[in-house]
Amino acid sequence: MTMVDHIKTRVIPDRLTTPAERILKSWEALLLLVAIGIFILNSFASPYFLNAWNLSDATFNFTEKAMIAFAMALLIIAGEIDLSVASIIALASTVMGLVMQAGFGTPVIVLAGLVTGLMCGVFNGVLVTRFNLPSIVVTIGTMSLFRGLSYIVLGDGAFRGYPSDFAWFGQGYAFWVISVEMVIFALLAVIYGVILHKTNFGRAVYAVGNNATAAMFSGIRVGRVKLTLFMLTGLMSGLAAVCLTSRLGSTRPSIASGMELEVVTMVVLGGVNILGGSGTIPGVVIAAFVMGLVTFGLGLLNVPGIVMSIFIGALLIGVIALPRLFAKLKGGK
Amino acid sequence: MARTGLADPSQPVLRLDGIVKQFPGVRALDGVQLALYPGQVTALIGENGAGKSTIVKTLTGIYQPDEGDILLDGQPVRFPTAQAAGDAGITAIHQETVLFDELSVAENIFIGHAPRTRFGLIDKAEMRRRASEILTSIGAKIDPDVRLRDLGIASKHLVAISRALSIDARVVIMDEPTAALSHKEIEELYELVDTLKAQGKAILFISHKFDEIFRIADRYTVFRDGQFVGDGLMAEVTEGELVQMMVGRSVDQIFPKRRAVLGNPVLQVVGYSHPTEFDGIGFTLRRGEILGFYGLVGAGRSEFMQSLIGITRPSKGVCKMGDDIKIIRSPAEAIEAGIVYVPEDRGKQGAITAMPIFQNVTLPSLGKTSNNGFLQMAEEFKLAREYTQRLDLRAASLDVPVGSLSGGNQQKVVIAKWLATQPKVIILDEPTKGIDIGSKAAVHDFMSELAAQGLSVIMVSSEIPEILGMSDRVIVMREGRVVAELEGDDLSPETLVRHAAGITSEAAA
Amino acid sequence: MNALLKSRESILVGAILALLALIATRFAGFVAPANLAAVFNDTSPLIILALGQMVVILTRCIDLSVAANLALTGMMCAMLNVVYPDLPIIVILLLALALGAIMGAVNGLLVWKLDIPPIVVTLGTMTIYRGIIFLISHGKWVNAHEMSPAFTAFPRAALLGLPVLSWVAMAVIIVMAVVMARTTLGRSFYAVGGNPHAAVYTGINVGKAQFRAFVISGTLAGLAGYLWVARYAVAYVDIAGGFELDVVAACVIGGISIAGGIGTVGGAVLGALFLGVIKNALPVVDISPFWQLAISGAAIIIAVVFNARADRTKGRVILKSAEHAQ
Repeated sequence: MTMVDHIKTRVIPDRLTTPAERILKSWEALLLLVAIGIFILNSFASPYFLNAWNLSDATFNFTEKAMIAFAMALLIIAGEIDLSVASIIALASTVMGLVMQAGFGTPVIVLAGLVTGLMCGVFNGVLVTRFNLPSIVVTIGTMSLFRGLSYIVLGDGAFRGYPSDFAWFGQGYAFWVISVEMVIFALLAVIYGVILHKTNFGRAVYAVGNNATAAMFSGIRVGRVKLTLFMLTGLMSGLAAVCLTSRLGSTRPSIASGMELEVVTMVVLGGVNILGGSGTIPGVVIAAFVMGLVTFGLGLLNVPGIVMSIFIGALLIGVIALPRLFAKLKGGK
Repeated sequence: MARTGLADPSQPVLRLDGIVKQFPGVRALDGVQLALYPGQVTALIGENGAGKSTIVKTLTGIYQPDEGDILLDGQPVRFPTAQAAGDAGITAIHQETVLFDELSVAENIFIGHAPRTRFGLIDKAEMRRRASEILTSIGAKIDPDVRLRDLGIASKHLVAISRALSIDARVVIMDEPTAALSHKEIEELYELVDTLKAQGKAILFISHKFDEIFRIADRYTVFRDGQFVGDGLMAEVTEGELVQMMVGRSVDQIFPKRRAVLGNPVLQVVGYSHPTEFDGIGFTLRRGEILGFYGLVGAGRSEFMQSLIGITRPSKGVCKMGDDIKIIRSPAEAIEAGIVYVPEDRGKQGAITAMPIFQNVTLPSLGKTSNNGFLQMAEEFKLAREYTQRLDLRAASLDVPVGSLSGGNQQKVVIAKWLATQPKVIILDEPTKGIDIGSKAAVHDFMSELAAQGLSVIMVSSEIPEILGMSDRVIVMREGRVVAELEGDDLSPETLVRHAAGITSEAAA
Repeated sequence: MNALLKSRESILVGAILALLALIATRFAGFVAPANLAAVFNDTSPLIILALGQMVVILTRCIDLSVAANLALTGMMCAMLNVVYPDLPIIVILLLALALGAIMGAVNGLLVWKLDIPPIVVTLGTMTIYRGIIFLISHGKWVNAHEMSPAFTAFPRAALLGLPVLSWVAMAVIIVMAVVMARTTLGRSFYAVGGNPHAAVYTGINVGKAQFRAFVISGTLAGLAGYLWVARYAVAYVDIAGGFELDVVAACVIGGISIAGGIGTVGGAVLGALFLGVIKNALPVVDISPFWQLAISGAAIIIAVVFNARADRTKGRVILKSAEHAQ
């Protein structure tokens, strides 16, 4: 055994890798290559692909899902999950319909959608943090509850006749081919990127997801962090409800069915560890584009939606399975 | 049963030779040997981190040794799985009883080898009958149909022992079996061990309590820092010699404790109580003082310390810092009040192992390094650099995950993290558990330096030399209560052990 | 017997009886034996799937692909029947079991060998299995007139006054009760979920036990697949859509702890019956069936809150005086 030398001049470098090296070796870089590959493939596959308006149309495939995916990414990094997001959309859209029928204008309708989403998030978050319940069961429950409420109100009916200025959110264009949804998506990408990567709160999210106990011992209010994230996820679902309702121009209780799966897939594809602790917003952004491009490309090839969902499901499993499979083969076990 | 009865008592049933087990950063076992003889109890003695639990896991097929031989009846064997070790007749009764709360007592005893009916189904009647036979044979009045979760800890131990008997084990490992038992239950356990001996079973008995080792063991083996130190017959050794072997160095030689001038009281605790964990704890901590908390594992020391920083709430009691009464409801408030806690369980409570060193260090201090809630990496690196250098951390860079460091260096990161908050009081819970000697010395050295600079330190430790070498004053806890406060000439290994094990009070009662 | 668990089941029995009493005040005919038998028959697929899900949840996993598995197996059976109308029912049944088992095994292998979180695996396979139905059926329905009479008659055939479907459900209940209580396999599920660490010490392979649980769940889903399609005499892509949530709900209401290791066959069956009674009662008491989803969602949440309070385990007690005071 060597004794400790008491010369305290030993300097530990901050980092050994350069930012460029870290980016090149990241999951995001790989994903970006995939996105570019699909883009090139698509442009060969269909002559209609490389058209600004077509591409712009394609973004609607993912913008609403991605809004939720940003908040969901933070939630999953913190070690929780919300499977009720699509049902929150249904409930928020229904409340918006009720408000619209009561004769209110667009600002109140939008506010109602956002507030409903937020309250659903509070409901999930309180159940998970106050009662210490597993989020997966809670949100499977609220998934039924929220959409169920929507069915109680609407049955097999629908709300139609939203004011014409309401259409701006889901159908409007900010300038040229850039849609309002695209602008919201881009803004949220920046905001969530900053929250997760540049603030104390973002650091707390990682700490909670990696080791909630140690985070708690380190003075982080774990319950508060998680509650905030559930609220953000609810709020984003409310926002997605505004956009989706505006785009469709109507509310049915089956609206956004199964979207939770696509949101989770987007988050996982973006490199977020489903068990919590790691992941980035740039990853989710690229994943949103990848999923949008795949869906759009297959659509151009006339592949029906349900078959696309096979790709999405396979993507979800494959993205997690392949690295593990390689690691296993490498390990020789 | 017959095969063990015929065994030659002079030949070991099981012998380990030159066992090496390496973990990242730690050599947990470094060529140790151990021999277990039929009908005899061998006590395995060593401080925390000596390699006792690693040897148990090696014997039960959980770990595979990197080098060395396991000889069963002189034949080399390997235990690739827990099943294989069980089939070879080796069974362990663990510290944390590894049984199944939701299964019945009979099922716990027979899981893996339940009697079957003609149709291959579990023969419940037969299982119940045999379970009750075994339970009766050890004098346990437990209903075999009761679900395990409804039993107390002592009864769970008896179930674990019954399980060992049910598989006709040749080697029974008892890992601190009396840690959670009452005096009466311990006596019953001793009788049981005698029964097992009479049946010719070889018993490995792991304990920190010297009185019970002398009461029950025939042989001893001592480990220190993963190495074999010595073995022999209990009849030919004294307590002092065992302590000497365990510690291996004279106490004042290695500890860099400087006698600091003690200042004003910094922290006063009065009558801290909790419904189930601790009762009526009080003390005064002064500026520049190192206050040791000694006790056996499970004496309630960590539980009490965690209530001081707001993880659990005391039901009664007052905590004063200076002249102010502090009500601390969460670790965040504790940090604000200047009282921080370096937990015992480094992996679970201390470090966030997947995150980089600098982020671990700055986590409780983000309020200081950040600007209106926005991170400032440069400030973070500055703070991390300063404190990791003070602790003489060895790492490739500050952005590698803490999990990639050795245990000792991980502990330095955790301590650096708490010092960076610039506390008034730092509580160190088993600060050198499971870390190498070099890091130990660095931690002790630093602790001394901190106290000299006026920081008040509470050190929870189960290592006698550490407690004696570092503390200005020692509080001994047993079963959730303070049983002694020792200082100066009163401090000796014997007095600590006696108070912690409750020998004096038991004798008086 | 464990008093707590016993009480949990008796609470559920009490809840079902109270529910029945409440319904009887509005519509007395609901509690007539014949109608109760019809309710049981209607709930049979849910019972069968809930028992499979129970095993999976016991091992700390979850299987969200059961409804998709059911639909795919049902579609394959139906298409096979269209092509080979003379194939004996027993062959179809065996095939349904085998197909379900294979789909369960795919889930299980991904969880066991690649260590992928069960929720990810089954969310993925759920969409994949559904998508495959579309691929093989090209989105078309298989209707009653295309199926052979024998194919559709089997689950409805009366035997001692009850349809075969009910008898199958009862057989599954009995088999599962024996497996869970009286076989090493059944007990290993409890061991793995209750204390995986200790399970390793007793020589139980945790991953393998989880794999087996998925195979059981898949097999039962396959069985239910044929019965479902034959009973309703129709097969299409979306049959039993969202049914996996009812199945999980039945388990949660039945006191199966999502944290693993706790739960009984009786609990799962009662949980399914609770939902079955509600579903069948809504129309007769003049509540829109659209209430059903919200009610089962609320039931899940209430049950999980209730279970969490009951599951709270006793901590280690250091003070000797407190040990007896507890």
